[in-house]
Amino acid sequence: MSSTADDAVISVRGLRMSYGSHEVLTGVDLDVHPGEVVCLLGPNGAGKTTTIEVLEGFRLPSDGQVRVLGEDPATAGDAWRARVGVVLQSWRDHARWTPRALLTSLGGYFAPYSTPERARPYDVDELLVTVGLGEHADRRIGTLSGGQRRRLDVAVGIIGRPELLFLDEPTAGFDPQARRDFHDLVHRLSDLEGTTILLTTHDLAEAEKLADRILILDDGRIVADGSAEELTRQVAGTSEVRWARGRERFVHPTDDVVGFVRRLFEQEGDALTDLEVRKASLEDTYLAMVQRSQPDAPSTARLQEVTW
Amino acid sequence: MNATRHAIGLGLRRGWTEFLLSLRSPQDQGFYLFTAVGTLAFLWFNRDNELEGTALLYPTYALPSILGALLAFGVVIGPAFALAMEREDGTLLRHKALPHGMQGYVTGQLTYHSLSLFPSLLTILVPSFLLFDGLMHGGAAGWLTVAWVVALGLLATLPLGMILGSIVPSTQKVGTWGMLPIMVLTAISGIFFPIQSLWGWVQGVAQVFPTYWIGLGLRSAFLPDSAVTLELGDSWRTGTTVAVLLAWAVVGALLTPRVLRRMARRQSGSTVEAAREASLQWVR
Repeated sequence: MSSTADDAVISVRGLRMSYGSHEVLTGVDLDVHPGEVVCLLGPNGAGKTTTIEVLEGFRLPSDGQVRVLGEDPATAGDAWRARVGVVLQSWRDHARWTPRALLTSLGGYFAPYSTPERARPYDVDELLVTVGLGEHADRRIGTLSGGQRRRLDVAVGIIGRPELLFLDEPTAGFDPQARRDFHDLVHRLSDLEGTTILLTTHDLAEAEKLADRILILDDGRIVADGSAEELTRQVAGTSEVRWARGRERFVHPTDDVVGFVRRLFEQEGDALTDLEVRKASLEDTYLAMVQRSQPDAPSTARLQEVTW
Repeated sequence: MNATRHAIGLGLRRGWTEFLLSLRSPQDQGFYLFTAVGTLAFLWFNRDNELEGTALLYPTYALPSILGALLAFGVVIGPAFALAMEREDGTLLRHKALPHGMQGYVTGQLTYHSLSLFPSLLTILVPSFLLFDGLMHGGAAGWLTVAWVVALGLLATLPLGMILGSIVPSTQKVGTWGMLPIMVLTAISGIFFPIQSLWGWVQGVAQVFPTYWIGLGLRSAFLPDSAVTLELGDSWRTGTTVAVLLAWAVVGALLTPRVLRRMARRQSGSTVEAAREASLQWVR
């Protein structure tokens, strides 16, 4: 299947959003293709949540063209809704219910939209086990821990077996084990079900691990688009060479590690007492990109550069 | 499978589940107990008072009126609180994210609050009949009247609660916007004393709202015909009761879906998040 804009699951052009005179989104363009896992990264207040809420059909954009699963989310009907999953961050709702009762009740709404290719909703017992709530299926939701609650949120989001799933900071408040389990779940959804997934996160390691493609949103627009590796390559000085000569230590960012190190050996020879080459991480890339788009932002402390 | 009908079926089941959960919850049991004990104590201490100019004992006069007031109060404040709270905690948003979810949610609310009326009325009615004599003078016809007045009263007041819950800015504001006006309205609607003892214009205001008419309808069911002299115009005004309550029901049925839709449109993850942050900032 070729990935053109026509068969894109999400296609956004010139999305703008302003509250009064404050512009949150200043022209977002993005495409998400079937089966992709795309991660929206960005600093607080960059407009991640606003973007995702427009795509979910929960918020009307000020301007721009938005197509999700072939329809405009603002006017799409219930049949569209049945194909979309939204993982919400709840806090105290349904405290008296049990996970099993809640999933059965909410899942019921998808039954009229079940097709032979895509049976809806999921079997509740299976889903409870999948998200790791098998033992807690009949406990009161009010007594679940924060992490267990978030897993229930994920279960509610995918109960209708969505073709497209939105997750807004899904792992906030997860412990490392829960985070790992969640990542496995996302991989499974994407690999086995072909679910297209758009998620926002603050956690760069998570983005790197989960996403086929990363979009960096800053200052109301997309400032970078590509896989973690591609993004890292876009930033100058993708690697950092650290070395020591006696008690003096040096750092130098470079694209040409091999050439640089060769010259280093030629010049320093036996004086070299330590050498370390470090590939730039996504975090470095992210900070560089966000900083580039915000020239007035306070710059982080620069490492000492040595040129010769 | 018709998706709308299916959603309404799910809503009915949801209402029933909520009702069962509420019956099992100590908090709600406490509320029913508190209301019942309070009302019964009030009637008990006035059990020997005769109403001026009649042979009627105070509990006989006041019980139907109090039941009416409880209906109007509970059915407005209950949904108002529930809706305001569930807007904030994400219950509503969860349903908005489902196909036909809002239809199911509203059906659930209507079912739950209608059912909740039974324990709140029965916990007062049953012990009253054990404690006091001569409460029901209308016989079987009287009970029939009770049934249609309760049904009409429900239709007239339930939409008001839904509208109130949709427009209040936050749960904490239900008290000021909802409780206070309803308490004032109850006080002037001839529940605890005959309405004639109030100024004329106050009587006029009271007769615009359903509370007075629900009380009047229930009195017409419980009280002997001779008690009609305590009413305005010496008449039960059954026709007017039906007309006023029906009018409120029709206005409610037309207005509520629009208000609910408008309110639901504004729901999103960030509104829920904002409510959560606001609640965390309460000074306790």
